[in-house]
Amino acid sequence: MRPLCAAAALLALAVQVSIAVAAPAPGDPARGEVIYGRCLACHALAYNRTGPKHCGLFGRRAGSVPGFAYSPAMVKSKIIWNARTLDRFLANPARMVPGTAMTYAGIPNPQERADLIAWLRQATASPTECPK
Amino acid sequence: MIVRINNPFAALEDLSRRRFLAGSTSALLSAGTVALLAGRPALAAEHGKKKGGDAQSDVRILNTALGAELEAIAAYSVGAGSGLLQKPILDVAVQFQGQHKEHADVLTQTIRKLGGTPVEAKSKYEFPTDKLKTQNDVLNFAAGLERGAVSAYLGAVPLFHDRDLAKAAASILGDEAMHWAILRQVLGENPVPAAFVS
Repeated sequence: MRPLCAAAALLALAVQVSIAVAAPAPGDPARGEVIYGRCLACHALAYNRTGPKHCGLFGRRAGSVPGFAYSPAMVKSKIIWNARTLDRFLANPARMVPGTAMTYAGIPNPQERADLIAWLRQATASPTECPK
Repeated sequence: MIVRINNPFAALEDLSRRRFLAGSTSALLSAGTVALLAGRPALAAEHGKKKGGDAQSDVRILNTALGAELEAIAAYSVGAGSGLLQKPILDVAVQFQGQHKEHADVLTQTIRKLGGTPVEAKSKYEFPTDKLKTQNDVLNFAAGLERGAVSAYLGAVPLFHDRDLAKAAASILGDEAMHWAILRQVLGENPVPAAFVS
């Protein structure tokens, strides 16, 4: 193998290994429920507080809960909430939506975000917590 | 001896003299900055724009905190008025509510000092009153709010552009952490379950 090809192969391997190491395990909703405790100063599942309610979160357009006064930045963001967009937002809300009223530094740990998102996916669609 | 701590935002008394006011047209430069940027209007304008943005960002953080404090005051009113809290726990809850009022007052003053408009209390808050049947229900609800408040301030501290504001927010964080610990103690839980909060 020529040196250049060998270097490229090693680089590709290193990237693959780093991705494998960095990728979080599937989210654990039980751990995510505990992490959701950090959100309770401002959020609830079923009703608006300092932050908007979370029931019906997945598939919802950001800034669209009726009766909640969002920041203009969030209204204009055109985000649709799903696992991918939530992961980006929760990592650093102000970086994804500059001007957001969610003035929180974020959750830097990918596994914690995965756990929280796994719990949000369950809880925000729960007929008990979020009756239609 | 217990010494009453002064206003944690007192370090900001001279705020208007040493930093810019929020607002796109009202940015004021300190004398030193004016001297530094004299003869370089483009740089001065850029500097003023950045600093004005910093103040606006800090006001946004303070307003989010103020909104949560106002809601906490209302929540403690619900708890204290529920008839479910017995003395001396009722007295402690009222004391905690009074401290949230102090937080809200100082946040309001600071936002005004920065040229911002403080959010006002909502005319109506929603609370899970249908789930508050016992004293422990009320205390669990309050503990959840206090635990969340600790995390909210922890998440806000690193965002402040003004380090004095970050310090002041950390002071409030400490108070809310004490509330949370005491509520956990009353509930029969480990009051300090971990070496770090998150």
